[in-house]
Amino acid sequence: MSPILEYRDVSKVFFKGKTQVHALSHVTAEVGDGELLAIVGPSGCGKSTLLNLTAGLMQPGTGEVCYRGRPVDGVNTHVSYVTQKDNLLPWRTVAENVALPLGLGGRRMSKAERAERVAHYVRMVGLEGFEEHYPSELSGGMRKRAQLARSLVYEPDVLLMDEPFGALDAQLKLVLQAELLRTWEGTGKTLVFVTHDLTEAISLADRVIVMSARPGRIRAVEHIDLPRPRDVFGIRFAPGFGDYFDRLWSALRADLHQGQEI
Amino acid sequence: MTEIAARPETPAPAKDGADDEVFLVDPSIRARRRENILVAVVRVAIAVVGLLAWEFASGRIISEFWISSPSAVWAALVRFVENGQLMPAVQATVVETAVGFVVGAVAGMLVGLVFGISPLVARILDPYFTALNSIPRVALIPLFILWFGIGFETKVVFAATLVFFPVMLNTFAGARDVDRDLIDVIRVMGATRLDAVRRIFVPSALVWVFAGLRMSVPFALIGAVIAEMFTSNAGLGYLISISANQYDTGGSFAALLVTTVLGLLLTFVVSVLERRALRWRPAVD
Repeated sequence: MSPILEYRDVSKVFFKGKTQVHALSHVTAEVGDGELLAIVGPSGCGKSTLLNLTAGLMQPGTGEVCYRGRPVDGVNTHVSYVTQKDNLLPWRTVAENVALPLGLGGRRMSKAERAERVAHYVRMVGLEGFEEHYPSELSGGMRKRAQLARSLVYEPDVLLMDEPFGALDAQLKLVLQAELLRTWEGTGKTLVFVTHDLTEAISLADRVIVMSARPGRIRAVEHIDLPRPRDVFGIRFAPGFGDYFDRLWSALRADLHQGQEI
Repeated sequence: MTEIAARPETPAPAKDGADDEVFLVDPSIRARRRENILVAVVRVAIAVVGLLAWEFASGRIISEFWISSPSAVWAALVRFVENGQLMPAVQATVVETAVGFVVGAVAGMLVGLVFGISPLVARILDPYFTALNSIPRVALIPLFILWFGIGFETKVVFAATLVFFPVMLNTFAGARDVDRDLIDVIRVMGATRLDAVRRIFVPSALVWVFAGLRMSVPFALIGAVIAEMFTSNAGLGYLISISANQYDTGGSFAALLVTTVLGLLLTFVVSVLERRALRWRPAVD
């Protein structure tokens, strides 16, 4: 598999108010085309920075971020970015939110085609019947689904997800993980999934990267050779899951006390 | 359609709960209803008592020459209608108010939006606008009369200067209040700068803009009426000042009453427009 994303010795410093934040230090990694990569690390370890660099919303301090071999030097519109907050536009209904990317930047599409595309993805995330609802009328889980539909609707090659299920309750999280896998498996899309939940990372990913506390470095990389399609409800009891968990946990544990107050 | 997330403060939409007994007997519902009735009754009572006290005091405690009386005000109102003074005056004031409001609001929204989108421009021009805003606006009327004459234009321009600043400042605040994450999100989706303005800045600032608009409706009316009093040839302001000049207190009060009702009506119209444009907002009480 040729890498679709490459991070070459990337370091990054940025300002948060007046404080300097050393977010990343010499990160080198690749993401294969069609891979589901999970990045795990303590809070504030630069995971989100890595995604911001990938989306081109920030430029690396030193080093290079490449998309299909070319450095990312502006906003990277080949990716879709699912942020922690759902970031739906509150003045648009679900259907209008999902249709949003289809009308941007001179994307031209006939009305019928657009409606069909929107209906398809609304159905895929299970929001039929709620097309005309405003985000304020939806539950947290439904908003997440709408956000997911909106990021899939323009069919980008890479999906970046920043702790998308972080704020949801445990049961809903499992349901949405299952739906995410069902949606992703077989599409050939690349998915970079940031989380602080190790179980979530192992359940979903082909490969898990563990990052250290700030400044973020890569501490461990583990291929997860569990069979697909996976069942997120049962996979934690699958043979091998415990070993992955132990190895990654020992890499993660070293930093757990440092980054937490940030 | 499936009904979800029924908000707690809207008890029992009739379709799915009206026949449930709890909606008839629950003490919280009866308490709410009682409070509504109390508010309405007390409001009416204040008006009635006030009018009666006024009528009683007039001529007994204070001379009717100074404070007129409700019945005299009513008589003056009827006289204005019958001699054909009222409708032309109302019409003149409404047109001036409306045109002044639109001119001031559009200008205010444009400048506010530009400021919000470009903090640099805002920083450069800030002292100038602060200075302009602190000019006592009435002091400009003599100049406006010099420039635009005593006709329609002076009144419109004056009303517009009163409307401009609240709308501009609110639009500015609204555009600054825009969630930058939303902008980042749609940029990654491929949005151009124009897309960001159209899809994010404008709708997001609209909440603030409408607050500014609602606030400045009375200003537009005040502007039109003040300018009419200065240029004295038409409108409710003219009617107020000419009545006072003729020691016709009742006439002054009558014209004032019409002006107040007009202000309430115009505010109501803007509120209705606001509610329609901001349908997406969760109902607050």
